Amino acid sequence: MNDRPLILAGLTLFVGLVTTPIWHGALDRNAALAAPQIQLPTQEKQCVAPASYMRTSHMQLLEHWRDEAVRDGQRQFIAFNGKSYEKSPTRTCVTECHTDRKEFCERCHDYAAVSDSDCWHCHNDSPRASRGMP
Amino acid sequence: MVILVNTSTGKRKYWLWITSLLCAMLAGSLCYVLQLMHGLAVTGLSRDVSWGLYIAQFTFFVGVAASAVMVVLPYYLHDYGQFGRITVLGELLAVTAVTMCILFIFVDLGQPARVFNIVLHPQPRSVVFWDMIALSGYLLMNAVIAGVTLTARREQVPVPGWIKPVILLSIPWAISIHTVTAFLYSGLAGRSYWLTAILAPRFLASAFASGPALLILLCLLLRKLTGFDAGRDAIQKLAVIVAYALAINIFLILAEVFTAFYSEIPAHEEHFKYLFLGLNGDHHLVPWMWLSVLLSWVALALLLVPTWRHNVRLLTVACVCVFVSIWLDKGLGLIVGGLVPSPLGAVTRYAPTLPESTIVLGVWASGALMITVLYKITLSVWKDN
Amino acid sequence: MKITRKDFLRLSGLGLLAVAGGKAVRAVAERKSEQTPEQTSTTSAKAVRWGMAIDLEKCRRKDGCGRCIKACHSTHNVPQFADRAHEVKWIWKEPFKNVFPASQSDYTRDFFGDLPVLLACNHCDDPPCVGVCPVDATWKRANGVVTIDFHRCIGCRYCMAACPYGARSFNWQDPRPAIANVNPDFPTRTMGVVEKCNFCEERLAKGLGPACAESCEEKAIVFGDLERPDSEVRKLLHSRFAVQRKPELGTGPAVYYIV
Repeated sequence: MNDRPLILAGLTLFVGLVTTPIWHGALDRNAALAAPQIQLPTQEKQCVAPASYMRTSHMQLLEHWRDEAVRDGQRQFIAFNGKSYEKSPTRTCVTECHTDRKEFCERCHDYAAVSDSDCWHCHNDSPRASRGMP
Repeated sequence: MVILVNTSTGKRKYWLWITSLLCAMLAGSLCYVLQLMHGLAVTGLSRDVSWGLYIAQFTFFVGVAASAVMVVLPYYLHDYGQFGRITVLGELLAVTAVTMCILFIFVDLGQPARVFNIVLHPQPRSVVFWDMIALSGYLLMNAVIAGVTLTARREQVPVPGWIKPVILLSIPWAISIHTVTAFLYSGLAGRSYWLTAILAPRFLASAFASGPALLILLCLLLRKLTGFDAGRDAIQKLAVIVAYALAINIFLILAEVFTAFYSEIPAHEEHFKYLFLGLNGDHHLVPWMWLSVLLSWVALALLLVPTWRHNVRLLTVACVCVFVSIWLDKGLGLIVGGLVPSPLGAVTRYAPTLPESTIVLGVWASGALMITVLYKITLSVWKDN
Repeated sequence: MKITRKDFLRLSGLGLLAVAGGKAVRAVAERKSEQTPEQTSTTSAKAVRWGMAIDLEKCRRKDGCGRCIKACHSTHNVPQFADRAHEVKWIWKEPFKNVFPASQSDYTRDFFGDLPVLLACNHCDDPPCVGVCPVDATWKRANGVVTIDFHRCIGCRYCMAACPYGARSFNWQDPRPAIANVNPDFPTRTMGVVEKCNFCEERLAKGLGPACAESCEEKAIVFGDLERPDSEVRKLLHSRFAVQRKPELGTGPAVYYIV
């Protein structure tokens, strides 16, 4: 059996698939090239952890919060600067600082094509004043 | 390359078969996407009947997978040479059946993206943990055994020595996979239809009847379509195994019925009543359960009488009857009957919806495709050597 | 040294298996050491065991009352589906003859067979649901509450099959459209997970009583620490005859019914 046509076809398909990010991005007129402009919180200047750490590892921090709060019942977080926060995406993250996730979270997530965190399928994404469940 | 060549050559009927299977798989996948989007509400499941066709199919096909031991044990442990041509077929049927089981579990999950939590957070106190180990191990074992024996045959060399202990291990392992699956149900204190010590033996008996019956049907089909003859002695021996397993299965069911109705304990009786007589105006399963009973008796007669068993046409009918009968009992009656009436006595009607049935069809089609491909490879290895 | 392709593949495969096996063993070992014993949110040294006694006579004084059900379901964003097949409920009422079928006969059914009994999760001592969960998404806390981690639940519904009381519900579809007024102080759940009464853990953490108990005008629901002999619930159990649901199964329910 002559393998050459098969091999060439397979190679072309492979190269096409592997280079999708390049040509798909180029063809997509909606793709933004400039870095996303995120709206920083106005009241608070310091996050629960240094910004550099949050930029790289905020998901890990949230996962630890989730497991420690839900599974171990440990709801208080002592930050690097000694301040105490409740391990709650709604009550701490949203209420204290990032009140609008479209202006903050989604800007970077959309740009990096990171699937939207599905925290908000359940957790409330609008600020809450009173204390209660996360 | 050899595998690709083996599966891409074939007559028109073969390609028609493959195409229709792919269509069914596509339909099943589309319905599964619907289920992912809208949730399991697209099925006929409910708060009371929270398990249905998916889990029932899983239970049934674990039995089919376990039945490979019925050809492996006589051949490897007792040197019953007549099974020489069908041990690989039995092992590949096991591989296919376990794959279908995994698919059925997957489509039943409410959060399938989290399925790896079972591996990340193992819970030895849950029977599911042991079931996953048993099924994965069995899948791997049979795949390796079949692969090694086929490779050895293709290269005209004897099988390597290390495969023998693996084959011997697969014998008690096959018993264990279906026992563990029975233990999923028979330890639940709140479900009196399942809370019976006899469930594991019943599962094994029905497995050893339905699995070999399917294997006989596949062998007869192979003979008709490709001329590959498993051997008259092998098929007859398998038929006798099916007969005895079916007889034991019927006996165990009757024993259950006796305990339930002689003791007259309402909690034990009511599930049988629901399935065979109907309860609170819900009778929709009654004809199917009686059909299952009828088919099993007809099959038993056809298989026990030698003249009828030797007749290929009647043997085919008998095997179809066994398979359908046990499918109705285990692939439908077992799960729904266990959950109805509910712990609060409610009778909730369960009937699979169209999307649910299409997904099930899609998984069957995947199994059919897998077995077609695997058997084609096997046959070409046999033919060339 | 010449090596055949087959041998190379075989060695690589075994090597990968060894690495994967090592990783798996290490992962399981680390997880075991990570699991710190759970600390309760109470300050008392002795372990709390939350429990509840429901006075059926007080409960049925108000005909058709459903205050506790409304309070629970609105506090916890429990979706209300019209289709009975897909209903989600944390607390509800059933006729006596369904709840205690063995405790009544033809001669008693007319009298109390139809009387309402309030049902919720029993937060058993030895919960069958906890035993069967393949991913440890449901477990019993040190304070007695049988809780669910909605992040981990894979929706296999084994716990629903295992519960002898039918206490658990599944989210067959997205619950949010079926919540009339979302309580912003409590999260919702997502489609594909199981949920049930949580003994108002979030309120207990703030020193409040459960929503159902607090909302009952007749004070038919008495909640408290079963371990403390002087708690209101223990005093009630000392003075009135109380039953549990299906005690013969050995589950050890924490919910008692004063009949």
